[in-house]
Amino acid sequence: MNAATRRTLATAARVLAQLRHDPRTVAMLLFVPCLLLVLLRYMYDAQPATFDRIGPELLGVFPLLVMFLVTSVAMLRERTGGTLERLLTMPLGKLDLLLGYALAFGAVALLQAALASALTLGVLGLDVAGPTWALFAVAVADGLLGMALGLLVSAFAATEFQAVQFLPAVLLPQLLLCGLFVPREDMATALRLLSDVLPLSYAVDAMGRITAEGGVSGRVLADLAVVAGSALLALALGAATLRRRTD
Amino acid sequence: MMNSSGGPAIRVEELVVRRGGATVLPGLDLVVERGSVTGLLGPSGCGKTTLLRSVVGVQRTAAGRVTVLGHPAGAAALRDRVGYVTQAPSVYGDLTVGENLDYFAAVLGAPPGDPARVTSLVGLDAHRRTPAARLSGGQRARVSLAAALLGHPELLVLDEPTVGLDPVLRQELWQLFRELAGAGTTLLVSSHVMDEATRCDRLVLMREGRLLAHDTPAALLAATGAPDVENAFLTLVRTEPEAAR
Repeated sequence: MNAATRRTLATAARVLAQLRHDPRTVAMLLFVPCLLLVLLRYMYDAQPATFDRIGPELLGVFPLLVMFLVTSVAMLRERTGGTLERLLTMPLGKLDLLLGYALAFGAVALLQAALASALTLGVLGLDVAGPTWALFAVAVADGLLGMALGLLVSAFAATEFQAVQFLPAVLLPQLLLCGLFVPREDMATALRLLSDVLPLSYAVDAMGRITAEGGVSGRVLADLAVVAGSALLALALGAATLRRRTD
Repeated sequence: MMNSSGGPAIRVEELVVRRGGATVLPGLDLVVERGSVTGLLGPSGCGKTTLLRSVVGVQRTAAGRVTVLGHPAGAAALRDRVGYVTQAPSVYGDLTVGENLDYFAAVLGAPPGDPARVTSLVGLDAHRRTPAARLSGGQRARVSLAAALLGHPELLVLDEPTVGLDPVLRQELWQLFRELAGAGTTLLVSSHVMDEATRCDRLVLMREGRLLAHDTPAALLAATGAPDVENAFLTLVRTEPEAAR
């Protein structure tokens, strides 16, 4: 195992150890999305067709929201607690740190998506035309996107209060414009164009296609690639905000 | 393992640091020899931390040069040779002492027994399984120090490592610093407690970003005719304006 891999894995193990010391956060990470999906199922008790449409889309949105919150606060603590400065005086590459975070929270996203998918498809009786694995893949990609965006915005927050405020500032507009409430083609042209460059739109599109179409079309894979690409871009931008020298 | 190439541990030349429009260090020169304990003393806000951060290579500088163990400060080659302890303990509060040190050891590539070694060096053997957040302030500061000792760094930069510690612990830590220096480690230790000065080989007195003096404690007392370092500092402050202007 080379040194960079060792440092990345050690970082991932450390982040998971921190989570292990905080069982309440883990429980919220895993079960809050499930609880919300149950809520949704019985909200639309009389309209199962609506649940079949919105359920998968929210299955993609919840991991994004939760991972965004957790990672932005975790990274902010690293910055304000002095541990980031210590790490950057050590032989730790910026990428080692970010990939360590990505691995640890990616594992959590995987678990979260597995639980939520199993619940909605199994217990709640969600009817999806496409394959389960595709639904699951999009949910994980969404979780990773939320994590990468959270890492990035933590650079612009000085306190945990500010970090939490980035959720309405960064994610709510995406949520409003992603086509969940109003089909994107019905929006004012400027908003539709804006929604075309927001990654969450592609996540929700992908979920919509998987629900409606039997197989996995090229469009779904393209949507998935956009979401994953956006996550990578946000990670790269996040790396650029980690400065060894500061004022 | 000691670097055989000669030259001082730290050479600071005409270092200028500005922060938020204010000049913190207006052009500072300093040489620290290897294997010595140098005390950096001065009132709060005089630029001690800024100087230490520049030596470690995390401070953005405006001009001048800082050379550490023959490399530019902050160079990749120095990252496992310089240990740095910030004023506020920089450890993970939610992890135990052992988990903190295991992680930093993995990042440094320190040998497997190293976390246990540094834990007993700072006297925290009984607390290996305690989360850092549940330790007292002084204990947490020692975890932070222990992390800096991992991997036997050649240079230790310590920012007020004894602040908030009781006299017995301070005595023990200074004994540890002396032992490390005896084994060839260079230590640069800041403090605003002047009575710690007598434990250093050399003293650097700082005020408002400038060096007032850099000498051995004995020479400093002889030159100023003061009974202790605190009074020597005051004497230097009184005579400084004429010298600086």
